[in-house]
Amino acid sequence: MSTDLKRIAAQIRGKLVEMSHKAETPHLGGSLSCVDILVAAYWGVLNVNPKDGVDPKRDRFVFSKGHAATALYTTLAMKGFISPSMLDNYAEPGSPLCEHPGPQCVPGVEAATGSLGHGLPIAAGMALAARIKGETHRVFALLSDGECDEGSVWEAAMFAGGQKLSSLTAIVDYNKWQATGRSNEVMALAPLADKWRAFGWHAVDLDGHNIDELIAALKLAPHASGKPVAIVANTVKGKGVSYMEDDNNWHYRTPTAEEVVSAKKELELL
Amino acid sequence: MRNAFAAEITKLGAEDKRVVLLSGDIGNRLFDKYKDAQADRFLNCGVAEQNMIGMAAGLALSGLRPVVYTINSFLINRAYEQIRLDVAYHNLPIVLVGVGGGLGYASLGPTHHSLEDVAVMRALPHMTVLCPADPVETKLTLREALKHDGPVFIRIGKKGEEVMHKEPPAFKIGQPIVMQKGKDICLISTGVMLPVAMQAAKELASDGIAVEVVSMPTIKPLNEKFLGEMFKSHGLVVTLEEHSLIGGLGSAVAEWVADNARPGASLMRFGTGDSFIHEASVLDYAREKLGFTPAKMIDEIKKHWRKRK
Repeated sequence: MSTDLKRIAAQIRGKLVEMSHKAETPHLGGSLSCVDILVAAYWGVLNVNPKDGVDPKRDRFVFSKGHAATALYTTLAMKGFISPSMLDNYAEPGSPLCEHPGPQCVPGVEAATGSLGHGLPIAAGMALAARIKGETHRVFALLSDGECDEGSVWEAAMFAGGQKLSSLTAIVDYNKWQATGRSNEVMALAPLADKWRAFGWHAVDLDGHNIDELIAALKLAPHASGKPVAIVANTVKGKGVSYMEDDNNWHYRTPTAEEVVSAKKELELL
Repeated sequence: MRNAFAAEITKLGAEDKRVVLLSGDIGNRLFDKYKDAQADRFLNCGVAEQNMIGMAAGLALSGLRPVVYTINSFLINRAYEQIRLDVAYHNLPIVLVGVGGGLGYASLGPTHHSLEDVAVMRALPHMTVLCPADPVETKLTLREALKHDGPVFIRIGKKGEEVMHKEPPAFKIGQPIVMQKGKDICLISTGVMLPVAMQAAKELASDGIAVEVVSMPTIKPLNEKFLGEMFKSHGLVVTLEEHSLIGGLGSAVAEWVADNARPGASLMRFGTGDSFIHEASVLDYAREKLGFTPAKMIDEIKKHWRKRK
C-alpha cells in the first residue's frame, strides 16, 4: 500500500477529529471509517478536475452517507476543490459547509445528502443519463451500512441490476454499526455481498482499509458482465484512533481537546 | 387527460432530445408512440416510486429534462421525501405528472384517492403546482412546465374529461383562464371541477346572479394581482376544487385574504371534507360522501348571496 496514500488518510482523519471537536458535531466514527475509501477513489480512481467541478465528462461520486460530510469536505479540500481554510468555518452559521452537504454547496459535491437512501437512486439516474447521452464516465455512490435499511436503496439496486447500469458502482462502508446498534442485529443485513448479487450486481467483499484493494475494486466498472458493481468494504467504525475504534459511542460523542491531541499522536501527526 | 398527456409528451419528446419519460409501471400502451420515436428515453421504473424520483434528480443533474408519470396518490405520498429533497431542495427542472388526481380513481378507494396532495406540494419551496381542467389545459400546462427552470407538479384527471376549451387559450404559468365574465360572483375553479363550475354559473344565472367563471390551473405561484382584481370587482369569490379544504386552492386564497385584510368581496370555499371513505363508491357518490355536491354548492352560494344583499 502506498505510504503516501496512508499518510493522506491519516491527515484526513486528524482533520476530522479536529473538526468534530471544534464544531461539536457528531458522526465522527462513521466519518473515520470511510476515509480510506475516499482516498482510494479520489487519489487512485476518479477522473475529476478540481479546477472544473462541473466538467460533463467527470466521474461522479455521490456521497450518500451525508452524515459523514466532514470526510468529504476534507477530501475535497486536500484535492484542491475548495480552500482548506473553508474547513475552519465548517458548520458555523453562514458557512456553505453544513453538517450535511447541500445541493452543489461547494465544487465537488454532486448531490445533497443527509437523509439516507437517496444517493443510490440519484447515482442510478446519473448512470442512466450517461447511457442516454452516450457518455463514458463512471458513477459511484458511497453508502453506509445502516443506510441499507432503507427500501429505496434496494429499489435502486433492483433497477440498476435490471437495467444493467454497468457504469455504476455502489460502495458500502460496512462498519457493522448504525446509530444505536449492530447493523446485523437491527436488521438482517448479512450476507450483504450476496444481497447485491441477488439484485443483479457484481459484488466484491474486501478490506475497506486496504487502499490498494479498494483502488482495484473501484476500477472494476464497467464490468465485463455488464452488471453494476457493489463493493462491500469491511471497515471499522472510528478507524485510526484506538479508543474510538468499534466503539459506537463515537456515533454521537465529540472529542475533547485532550482527545484531539492523543488522536493526532496516534495518527503520527504530532 | 392521460391521452392528452401522452399525445403532448410524444410531441415534446420529439422536439427536445433532453426529455426523458419515466413511468411507474402504468400507461400500458399509452406511450407506444412515444416509445416508437424515442425508445431510449422511456423508462418503466417499476413499482418503485422513491427510486424513480431519485433517478429523475440524477437525470436532471446530468442536464436532461425528466418527466415522471404515475398515479398521483403514489407519486406524491410514497415518494414525498424524494420530491422534497431530491427535486425541490436541488431546485431541479423535473416535471411530476400525477394521473388520477383528487377522485380520479374514486372507485378504487382511499388508497388511490389524493385529496391532500396539493397541500403538501404547495408547501415545498421552488415547487410550481398546476391543476389543468381538461385535455386542452393538460397539453398547455405540460408544454409550459417543460420551459420552466425548476420543479413543476402537474395534477391531472384520468380519462374522458369534458373538453372545456374549443380553442387552446393563451396560457403561461400563473395565468388564469377566464371562461365567462359576470359581475356578481367570481367562481374560481381548479382542475377537473371546471364543468361543475360552468353548470353552477348557468343555474345561478337563471336566478339572476351573474357569475364570472375562472379556470385557475396554477395554484402556486398564486396570482395575487388577479385575486386583488376579482375581490375588488365582485361581491363574492368562490373557490372550487377536488381537494381537501385543508391546504388546497381555497386555503391558498384564504391565506391571501388573511394577509391582505381589505379584499372587499367575501370568500366561500368548496372542496372535500376532512375524512376518508370506508365503503365502495363511484365519483358522484364519493364527492357527496366527502361533503360536496354541485346542488349543495349552488344552494349555499344562493343563500350566501341573498343574505349579503
